[in-house]
Amino acid sequence: MLKLSLGPTDLLIIAVYFAFVIGIGVALKRSMKKSSDFLLSGHGIPSWIAGLAFLSANLGAQEVIGMAASGAKYGMITAHFYWTGAIPAMIFVGLFMMPFYYGSKARSVPEYLKLRFDEKTRTFNAGSFAVMTIFSSGISMYAMAKLMNALLGWNFHACIWASATIVLAYIFLGGLTSAIYNEVLQFFLIVMGFAPLVFLGLKDCGGWSGLMQRLGLVSASHGFGPNAWSSSWRGLGAPSHNPMGVEWFGMAMGLGFVLAFGYWCTDFLVVQRAMAAENQTAARRVPLIAAVPKMFFPFLVVLPGMIAIALTYKAGQSSFALPIRPDGTYDYDATIPLMLQHYFPTGILGLGLTALMASFMSGMAGNVTAFNTVWTYDIYQTHVAPGKSDSHYLWMGRWATVFGTLVSIAAAYVAAHFNNIMDLLQLVFAFVNAPLFATFLLGMFWKRTTGHGAFSGLLLGTTAAAVHHGLTAPDVPIAAMSAFKGGWLGHVLHVYPSEMAQNFWTAIFAWSTCFVFTIAISALTRRTKTDDELRGLVYSLTERPQDEHLPWWKRPMWLAVIIAAGALALNLYFA
Amino acid sequence: MRFDLRLPLGLLFLIFGAILVIQSFISPVADQAKSLGLDMNLRWGCVLLAFGGGALALALRARNRK
Repeated sequence: MLKLSLGPTDLLIIAVYFAFVIGIGVALKRSMKKSSDFLLSGHGIPSWIAGLAFLSANLGAQEVIGMAASGAKYGMITAHFYWTGAIPAMIFVGLFMMPFYYGSKARSVPEYLKLRFDEKTRTFNAGSFAVMTIFSSGISMYAMAKLMNALLGWNFHACIWASATIVLAYIFLGGLTSAIYNEVLQFFLIVMGFAPLVFLGLKDCGGWSGLMQRLGLVSASHGFGPNAWSSSWRGLGAPSHNPMGVEWFGMAMGLGFVLAFGYWCTDFLVVQRAMAAENQTAARRVPLIAAVPKMFFPFLVVLPGMIAIALTYKAGQSSFALPIRPDGTYDYDATIPLMLQHYFPTGILGLGLTALMASFMSGMAGNVTAFNTVWTYDIYQTHVAPGKSDSHYLWMGRWATVFGTLVSIAAAYVAAHFNNIMDLLQLVFAFVNAPLFATFLLGMFWKRTTGHGAFSGLLLGTTAAAVHHGLTAPDVPIAAMSAFKGGWLGHVLHVYPSEMAQNFWTAIFAWSTCFVFTIAISALTRRTKTDDELRGLVYSLTERPQDEHLPWWKRPMWLAVIIAAGALALNLYFA
Repeated sequence: MRFDLRLPLGLLFLIFGAILVIQSFISPVADQAKSLGLDMNLRWGCVLLAFGGGALALALRARNRK
C-alpha cells in the first residue's frame, strides 16, 4: 500500500482547517435558541449557501474516491451519475416537489408523509431513514479511518474518535446551520483541492487529445469500440458494447429515473438543505443552484480516474500507473490517494488531503443532522414524548446528535468487523428507497392516493426488489459470488452482464411494483383525507407559486431551463 | 446573530494561499519534479489568495452597505 509522508506545512493546513470548522460551530452557538434554529436552521439560509450544502452533503469521500475509481474502471459512462442520474431529478425536485415540502410546513420528509397519508407511512419512512443515516455515517467514519491508517499510518481508533468528536462538536454547537456552513467550506475545499490534480494529470497525458488517444488504447485492449472509455452514450446500444455492461434503457430508466429521482427527491439528507432556505422561492432555487456545479463535477471527480487508467496503459511525462492487486485487477480505489502522492509536493499535498478529509466529514455531518431532526420530530416527539415544550425538543435535538454520533461509531466498528453486514444493509436500503419515489409521485400528483395504498405499495415494492434480487445474479466469477450479489432464493432466472445492470433493474422492478399497487390499492380503499386537508400537499389542490415579481434570473423556471440546456449540451458533446 | 459565511471562507483561503506561497519559497527546487516541473505551491497559492481575497472583499462590501 502506498504511504504519504507529510511535512509540517501539510499538518499546519490540516490544523488550520479543523480550527475553522470548530470555530464556525462556536460562532453559531449563540443563535441556537429554539429547536427549529438547531434542527431546521430557522428557515433562514440564503439559497446559494443552501445550494452548495445540498451538493456537498451528498459528496462524501466514498463518492469522491468511488467516482474516480469508476472513471478508471468504466470511463466517461460514469458521468451519467451526474448528467443523467442527478440533473433531471434535481430540476424536478426544485420545480415541482419543493412547493409541497416547503409549503406544507412539514419539518421533514417523513412528516410530509404523515400530513399527506398517515402515521404508519411516516413511521416506516422515519425508522428506515434513521437507521440508514446512522449506518451511512458509520461507513464514512470507517472508510476515513481505514484510509488515514493506510496512507499516513495514523491509529485507526484515534481516527474514528477524532473525526467523530470534530463532527459532533460543530453540530452540537451550531446545529444544522453549522453543518450547512461547513458543507459550503468543504465544497470549495474539494474544488480547490482536486482542481490542480486534474490539471497536472491532464498535463501529464499531453492534454485532452493525449488523454483521448490513450483512452482509445484502453478501449481497444478490452475489445470494445474506440470510444468505450471516452464517450457517455455511444457504447450504450447493448450491454456488451461498454465496460459497465448496461444498455441505454436500463441507464435512463433505472439510474436516470428510479434511482436518481428516488434519491434527490425523497432523501431527507439532501431535501433538508433546501427546506432550510429563507422562503419558498429560495427553497425551489436550492436544488437548481446545486445543479450548476453538479454538472461540472465529472471533470473534478470522474476525470482523474480516466486520466489514471489512460496513464497506466501508456505512460506520460512522469511514470504514473495504477497498482495491481494480488488478484490481478487494478486497484481502482487507489486512484485519488495515489495521484495525490504522485503529483503533489508538500504544501499543496496538505490541501489535497484536507479536501479528502473534508469530503469524509461532510458526508458524516449530513447524515448526523438528518438523523437528529428525524429522530427528534418524527420519532421522539411523535411516539415517545409528545406535547413537551420547545426547549425540551431543542435539548433532545442536541442529545440526539451525541447519541447519533455514538451509535455511528458503533456502526463503524461493525463495518470494520463484518464487511458483509454492511453489504446486506446497503442492499436492504436500496430495496426500501427504490420504490419510495413512486409513493411521492402519486401522493403529490394524484389526490386519490390513500394512506393504505401508499403503505402497502411501499411494502410490496420493497418485497419486489428483494425477490428480483433473489432470483437474478450478475455475471461474476463463482468465487466472487455471494448471497449479497443476488440469487439467494436458490433459483437464478436471469443473469445480468454486471452488478450495475442488476441494480438498475432491481430498482425498476421495485418502482413499478410500488407504482402499480399503490394505484390499485388506493382505488380499492376509501379516501381518509378531504380536499381541504390535502391543500398544499397535492398538486391539483395547491396554488401555483408566484414569482413573476422577481427578475428572470431569480425565477426557478428560467434557472431550470438554463440548467436543462447545459446538461443536454454536455450529454451531446460527450455522447 | 448569524454571520456572513464569506468572512470565514475568504479568511480560510487567504491563510491557505499564504501558506502555499511561503512553502514555495522554502521548498527546494527538486520538489517541483513531482508536479511536472511546475511550482504548483506558488501558482495555486496565488489562485487561493485571489479567491480568498475576492470572498472577503464581497463580505466586507456587504457589511459596509449595511
